Amino acid sequence: MAKITLDNLAHAYYPNPKSEDDFALKELNHVWSDGEAYALLGSSGCGKSTLLNIISGLLHPSQGRILFDDKDVTQSSTADRNIAQVFQFPVVYDTMTVRANLAFPLKNRGADPQYIAQRVQQIGAMIGMEAELDKRARGLTADAKQKISLGRGMVREDVNALLFDEPLTVIDPHMKWELRTQLKSLHHEFGHTMIYVTHDQTEALTFADKVVVMFDGRVVQIGTPEELFDKPQHTFVGYFIGSPGMNVIPATISGNNAVVHGIDVPLANGYGALEGKTEIGVRPEFVTLTQGDGLPVKVRRVEDVGRHKIVRAELFGNDINILANEDQSISPDMTHITFDTSRVNVYVNDWLKSGEVA
Amino acid sequence: MEKTINQKAWFLVLPVLVLVAFSAVIPLMTVVNYSVQDTFGQNQFFWAGLEWFDEMLHSERMWDALGRQLMFSAIILTIQIPLGVFVALNMPKSGFWSSFCLVVMSLPLLIPWNVVGTIWQIFGRVDIGLLGYSLDALGISYNYTQNTFAAWVTIIIMDVWHWTSLVALLAFAGLKSIPDAYYQAAKIDQASRWAIFRYIELPKMMGVLMIAILLRFMDSFMIYTEPFVVTGGGPGNATTLLSIDLVKMALGQFDLGPAAAFSIMYYLVILLISWVFYTVMINLDKREG
Repeated sequence: MAKITLDNLAHAYYPNPKSEDDFALKELNHVWSDGEAYALLGSSGCGKSTLLNIISGLLHPSQGRILFDDKDVTQSSTADRNIAQVFQFPVVYDTMTVRANLAFPLKNRGADPQYIAQRVQQIGAMIGMEAELDKRARGLTADAKQKISLGRGMVREDVNALLFDEPLTVIDPHMKWELRTQLKSLHHEFGHTMIYVTHDQTEALTFADKVVVMFDGRVVQIGTPEELFDKPQHTFVGYFIGSPGMNVIPATISGNNAVVHGIDVPLANGYGALEGKTEIGVRPEFVTLTQGDGLPVKVRRVEDVGRHKIVRAELFGNDINILANEDQSISPDMTHITFDTSRVNVYVNDWLKSGEVA
Repeated sequence: MEKTINQKAWFLVLPVLVLVAFSAVIPLMTVVNYSVQDTFGQNQFFWAGLEWFDEMLHSERMWDALGRQLMFSAIILTIQIPLGVFVALNMPKSGFWSSFCLVVMSLPLLIPWNVVGTIWQIFGRVDIGLLGYSLDALGISYNYTQNTFAAWVTIIIMDVWHWTSLVALLAFAGLKSIPDAYYQAAKIDQASRWAIFRYIELPKMMGVLMIAILLRFMDSFMIYTEPFVVTGGGPGNATTLLSIDLVKMALGQFDLGPAAAFSIMYYLVILLISWVFYTVMINLDKREG
């Protein structure tokens, strides 16, 4: 187990990168604390798998250093880093039995046979495959194979970190919950540093202590699920986290007032006069439909999703989502919206701007 | 919908029937016809029943040729399959050199059998051939026209030169289809090079390797032109393989009856072995799924 430090790290898949756009992973400094569970969240192609492969040593970064505790491992092989990684698609050794598959990493490291037998049994129970241990891996279903991959990732107790690259993509939903819960309990039990790559926010928010949100090769925010919800540092985070995501509305900001198409929206803090692309971000949870106050909207559709209603509406030609309580009735005369003032965030060129308390 | 009955549709398969009849069925039936008759010339034939088959099954000459043939196929398979796999494993996986290797390796496959035979026939000659002359100059006794061992070595090396590329190309295709994640997982699991080969590459190549073995077996079992051009079956009968013997019998001695019986049994053996291979392959596939 180790603390992992990324120092000045960046990666480009082509030699001689010139502009920042050439980098699949833009310059990054970060410390992954020992024993924490992280989720690496972002849409496809944002560089999260690249980052993961650099940490595990499958990929060598174009620049920067990686330190495990205080040892520089940038040039070390995957084996020397002593890391476990589980991939998106199941990787099993077809010709081996399930048992031999699980034992493989331990055997390669020359562990004691008695210990291997006992440990494999334990892992077999954890992934719910005790009955199939002596079956060949070849004929199994995709999710059984992925469970083997997970098991193989967890079989070594002394790894520096456990990395997961969207491991539950091929697993069916009820098993997903179960495996994720097991991963969490495993984390509590052994305190491995875990990094879990996913594009599924639910998965990220339920699994991790800290979520790292990536966008376009850059880490845009690292925080607890609450922080990501309340104070998204970047409009992408606001939009990506939450269901539906945050509403981002172009506005002119002056002092503690935002102006949207000529209509004043009060803000909790003062911002002075802001230059650049200015927007306000409000989560659908903090938008209320009214019969006359605030900004004019045109309601187009109401979706009842059980616990609440999602109102899809139009604000000056842009989409806006509003979350209403299940028991709140939506009437045709509700043509305006107001915001919960303390929950309105201000963004300049997509980045959060914090204001002074007025 | 009701089915319309239209027997005219049969005419559509007619061209294929005619083609197959002339290219395969009729020639084969001619052979069957010869195998059960005897002739003393003047185009007069007499019914002989299964006599020729009986004679052939008890002919030492045929069993010897079959023995040589099996030995030849066994030797070239034991060399070409591992060698082809080895070459494929060591080829560059992508980029210019990968394409370069593919092209260079395909070259022997494009050379006609006859030309391959001629190349090696000259290459091995002690008086003017580069190989033969050099070996002779080094004091190594090498003469494929007189020495059985030298003759065998020559035709085996020739076949290896001609056909190993095919195995390598097939194995390479098999290797290329293995997703990167397998190699990455193996690295993480600290698998040795041998373990990667044994547990990832070999199982994934099994399908194409079976095809390679089948193709190389059938082809080597039917080989004629190359050894015929190089050694003519000699010295003595040392390199007289089945088809060389067959041609000698049918065209050299004009023993149509025995040669026809020989051909049919030859054909059945190939059919049988191919069927066994095919069945094994299908079963492998089933286990895969």
